[in-house]
Amino acid sequence: MSESTSAPSAPEVAAVGLPSVPGTESAPRNRNDFLYYGLRNKKLIFGVSLEFILVLAAIIGPMLAKNPPLQTTNLPLQHPNGKLWLGTDLTGYDLYSQLTNGLRESYLIGALGAAFASVVGMALGFIAGWRGGWVDEVLQMITNVIVMIPSLVLLIVIGSYLSSRSILFEGAFIGLTTWPWVARAVRAQTFTLRSREYVDLARLSGKRPVAIIVKEIAPNMASYLFLTVVLLFGSSMLIASSYDFLGLGPSGVVSIGWILNQAENGSALLYHLWWWFVPPVAVLTAMVAALLIANVGLDEVFNPKLRDQ
Amino acid sequence: MRRYLTRKLITYVLAFFVGVTLDWALPHLMPGNPIQGMLSKYDVGSNASYSALYQQFSSEFGLNVPLWQQYLNFWHGVLTGNLGVSIYENPASVTSVVFQAMPYTLALLVPAILLSYSLGNRLGAAAARRKFLDNWVLPVGYIFQAIPYAGLALLVPYLFGSLWHLFPTSLGYGENLIPTFDWTFIASLLDHWFLPFLTVFIVSLGGWAIGMRNLVIYELENDSSRYLRALGASERVVRGYAYRNASLPQLSGLALQLGVVIGGNIVTEIAFQYPGLGNLIYKAISNEDYFLLQGIFIFIVIGVLLANFIIDLVIISVDPRTRLSMQGATA
Repeated sequence: MSESTSAPSAPEVAAVGLPSVPGTESAPRNRNDFLYYGLRNKKLIFGVSLEFILVLAAIIGPMLAKNPPLQTTNLPLQHPNGKLWLGTDLTGYDLYSQLTNGLRESYLIGALGAAFASVVGMALGFIAGWRGGWVDEVLQMITNVIVMIPSLVLLIVIGSYLSSRSILFEGAFIGLTTWPWVARAVRAQTFTLRSREYVDLARLSGKRPVAIIVKEIAPNMASYLFLTVVLLFGSSMLIASSYDFLGLGPSGVVSIGWILNQAENGSALLYHLWWWFVPPVAVLTAMVAALLIANVGLDEVFNPKLRDQ
Repeated sequence: MRRYLTRKLITYVLAFFVGVTLDWALPHLMPGNPIQGMLSKYDVGSNASYSALYQQFSSEFGLNVPLWQQYLNFWHGVLTGNLGVSIYENPASVTSVVFQAMPYTLALLVPAILLSYSLGNRLGAAAARRKFLDNWVLPVGYIFQAIPYAGLALLVPYLFGSLWHLFPTSLGYGENLIPTFDWTFIASLLDHWFLPFLTVFIVSLGGWAIGMRNLVIYELENDSSRYLRALGASERVVRGYAYRNASLPQLSGLALQLGVVIGGNIVTEIAFQYPGLGNLIYKAISNEDYFLLQGIFIFIVIGVLLANFIIDLVIISVDPRTRLSMQGATA
């Protein structure tokens, strides 16, 4: 809130001959630094390897499934065993097949949600931060309003009027209700970067605003943007699982939330069918936790103050 | 402060306006006609009686006037608290049905939000730069933060209910009880309240702890902290200031997080069949009670706005800069 009041005019303090702003000339050394610390950061390595294994499982897993996810094996209520690795549910659906399919859908919805949110959030954040003034005021107002509309309730209201929903609809909905996070972060960073000397220089040399934002400002907050996208990816997967659990997910799609919905409706708790819901919960938790852990590791790599001392 | 509050108030009024407009517009934007949908269930025989019924329903729900007038009528209803009659609990009014469910939701949300916020912040601050604690708080925090609401709403009742038989896993009070103010009823109420509360509490806890840990680390490495140390201040004092500075983003985070927590609360209530607003939403959908659905949405929007306003007041009392701007100093 405080930075919005100070309209940063180009500071003329930087006298000629003083050392230039860090970040322009030290960039190549920084990149090596990132690699050096990245390969030694346990959190980053753990998170990335766990995520890598899960992505592999999402790609290869469905190929190893012996039954389609929505075709009964005629063997209901099987415990996990050598043949049916994760057992079957009340109707006899192969839960291994469903879970690996759900993994894939989770990554898809994570990517879709993060993509929508970052495109909208970055565009509005850059515009607000670059233009400032009343444009910024209006955009901030919109951001604050969107944040305050409870999205799950909105989806329930919309969903009750729709007869069928696609996975694209869910991704777009998640993205269009979570972009304020990105917009706020990008706006604040743009504010601090736009009065740097190299940006002034670019402006003086007659570059167009879009070119300045893409070539001068965005690269300097690339690490920051990357971290935001990673977090959005994880939160989109979690949000989607809630929607699917409530039966508001894409129609006819076997996702992790949908499996949990089926377990709840099939009284898995009452009949102690733990294999129906424990593996999906564990897998989704691992997917999101790996992202979070990698995110903190990356943060430590990008930000020297956070490195372990 | 006046400027800060005016700006905030404008945002609230706008958010309320957008919320109410969305709520009104959605049924109109969506394909299909609610009255046709209702009539199709009754299997009306002749065309004449169909159109007569159609007319009847249209005038009853105020749909036979021009759109702008419907919109103004909707606002009139919202501002006077007259949100129509619930189809599902006919003839009870939407407002009375919502007020019946509201105490249950508040009893879940308020303690869960406040306790997870204060405990999470304390844990996170304690973990910052203390290796031993950090090794515990961090991994557990990640798992709590990454676990889906839906998953916890299955795991917790499975462990505490189906396996260990410690707590009831559905409904708000014992099935054979009538709500009265006596000990058996209150005991049953608390018994049923515990598990849903626990799930909302656990999911929020991890995020606060990790957020606070990272913020306090930032603050402890800050120039102001270095300066304080150079002046010879004890580590306790430095930490005290770091905690205060770090709670500011956490407070704004709480305001941002409210919508998410309420969403999670809906998941929890539906999974536990807890008789709050979330469960009411579910009933409203399955009974196609659009008036009730619209009414609940309005109440949740008002709740989020009120909570945001309270957080704003807390921020003013915590952050001297928002107060200074009233006296002419630059923030």
